[in-house]
Amino acid sequence: MARASFSQATWLVAEREMKTLVGTKGFWIGFLFTVVGLFALTVLPTVFGGDDPKVAVVGSASQAVQGKALDVREVGSVQEAADLVRADDVEAAIVPDGAGIKVLALNDPPNSVIRQLVESPPVELLDASAVTSGQRSVTVIVFGLVFLMFGMGGAAIAQSTVTEKQTRIVEILVSTVPVRALLAGKILGHTILTLGQVVVLALAAPIALRVAGLGELLGVVAPALGWFIPFLMFGFVLISSMWAVAGALVSRQEDLGSTMGLVMIAVMGPYFGVQFFYENPAVLKVMSFVPFTAGVAMPVRLFAQQAAAWEALLSLAILAVTVVAILLVASRLYTGSLLQTGGRVKLSKAWAPAE
Amino acid sequence: MLTVRGISRSFGDHKVLDEVSFDVRPGRMTGFLGANGSGKTTTMRIVLGVLAAHGGAVSWKGAEVRPDNRPDFGYMPEERGLYPKMKVRDQITWLARLHGVDRETAQRNTEELLEDLELTGRAGDRLEELSLGNQQRVQIAAALVHDPDVLILDEPFSGLDPIAVETVLDVLRKRAANGVPVLFSSHQLAIVERLCDDVVIISKGRIVANGSREDLRTRHAGERYEIVVEQDAGWVRDVPGVTILDLDGPRAVFESAPQQVLRAALDRGEVRSFTPVVPTLDEIFKEVI
Repeated sequence: MARASFSQATWLVAEREMKTLVGTKGFWIGFLFTVVGLFALTVLPTVFGGDDPKVAVVGSASQAVQGKALDVREVGSVQEAADLVRADDVEAAIVPDGAGIKVLALNDPPNSVIRQLVESPPVELLDASAVTSGQRSVTVIVFGLVFLMFGMGGAAIAQSTVTEKQTRIVEILVSTVPVRALLAGKILGHTILTLGQVVVLALAAPIALRVAGLGELLGVVAPALGWFIPFLMFGFVLISSMWAVAGALVSRQEDLGSTMGLVMIAVMGPYFGVQFFYENPAVLKVMSFVPFTAGVAMPVRLFAQQAAAWEALLSLAILAVTVVAILLVASRLYTGSLLQTGGRVKLSKAWAPAE
Repeated sequence: MLTVRGISRSFGDHKVLDEVSFDVRPGRMTGFLGANGSGKTTTMRIVLGVLAAHGGAVSWKGAEVRPDNRPDFGYMPEERGLYPKMKVRDQITWLARLHGVDRETAQRNTEELLEDLELTGRAGDRLEELSLGNQQRVQIAAALVHDPDVLILDEPFSGLDPIAVETVLDVLRKRAANGVPVLFSSHQLAIVERLCDDVVIISKGRIVANGSREDLRTRHAGERYEIVVEQDAGWVRDVPGVTILDLDGPRAVFESAPQQVLRAALDRGEVRSFTPVVPTLDEIFKEVI
């Protein structure tokens, strides 16, 4: 008799999950939000921060600002210049002071203006890295946010599992295909969708960097981005199997909150961990090998050129082994809880062999 | 033939099924009767492999059913459910394909079934937009679309109006006529009486009656007869060993000694009719549970 093979069943489930998710407004809003957010994060600082500081200049002081990167506005008197500073129309006023000049500012020394007026001594960097700390912190935020967005996106798996339990279509599904095919199909479908979004983002990133005038950073970002994708995908599978269990443990959408907590910690942990500790190489190094945080920590280290390729491969291997282990555990918990209805299924009961 | 032999199942200390055995024969509609909580749904779930049995076995065509050689079931669960936000046509086609039906056949079967169930006009709507009765028909379509080997339907008629019952009945009869064994549970005895070929009655987890409908009625007919003669039948009460149950002019309903009564009646004149009294399913049901 005709019967869908395991792989056919898995693919059919995956296909349905993708169609369903792509058909929702929430999916597109979330994706759009991510794209726009990341563009804003990389492009906006140069748009807003790129203007020359505005200064008011009085009389002979104008010679001092010639050829400097300042937006100069000449005024007639010191009083007039001081008024402009008070009104916050200019950042500082440069006025004659005896033979030299004096800078008037409101309450903080205007460093961006002063830097233009002084002769800086030559600087030689002993640890010359291609990335500045500013670029690094942007990368940390970007990698962290992308991981967070997609990790939380996995909650759709929990929702679709609960929908099946709540409507009881799960009985028809379970009497038709193996439970493992259901789980595999859900994870596969959502992973493909996530990969698709990541590819779009990865293709958009160079454009964003060029627009931001950070084209030269591309050479540094590209390898880190290349590493980030496998880490993100493995990390996603890890988290999505947990989302599936979170969904299988409850019978109604309203109860989902009670099982989602642990998964949310697993998703947010890496984000906050790396945000807090990215300037601490020792902690970052440990985090780059711990499966849940590796997805953000290792690419950040690679970006900062703190990690060698073998470290990344090792971390990826640890992550892959963990993924397999968690998948096995999740598949047993999923099977054990999928047909149990009523309240929340205890983990121990879901784990117990079927009666 | 689908054979259920000695199935038992407990939930905790509560024994829900106790050595349940019956057959579902090909080409026949088997009605599965029982009060609420008697074990109908549990039995069906075990047959489908959704729930494990604590003893006994289910066989299909003589071989014990295991996950790898299960017949292709068409299942309608008691607690109805399909994807609320999925379109009717997409949903039915998808379920067919999940059963291993190729895309073209799945689409063709879907269109045919929707036509038979008078749902063609709603095929493009999402399930949640349909009335409950129509959702029920979609559920029937979901159970039939992959041309299953065996149909297991839990209360397929509950919630349907009489016209919908006829529509669904036609569709099911067509399947049974093609040689598919159909097991359906119901508590609407009138429907079962009219519809099923075989009857299985379950009470408190035990099978209390089992057989073809006619067989069952004859078996439970007991020693009860009705005789109609030309004149007053009052004399019947004088036949030795007879107990009169009902006497109304020329008609008498009695128990025991049918041959003596018939002989005496023929001696007295013409006998208009003489029949064993066959109980209705309703009466059998009340008697056995």
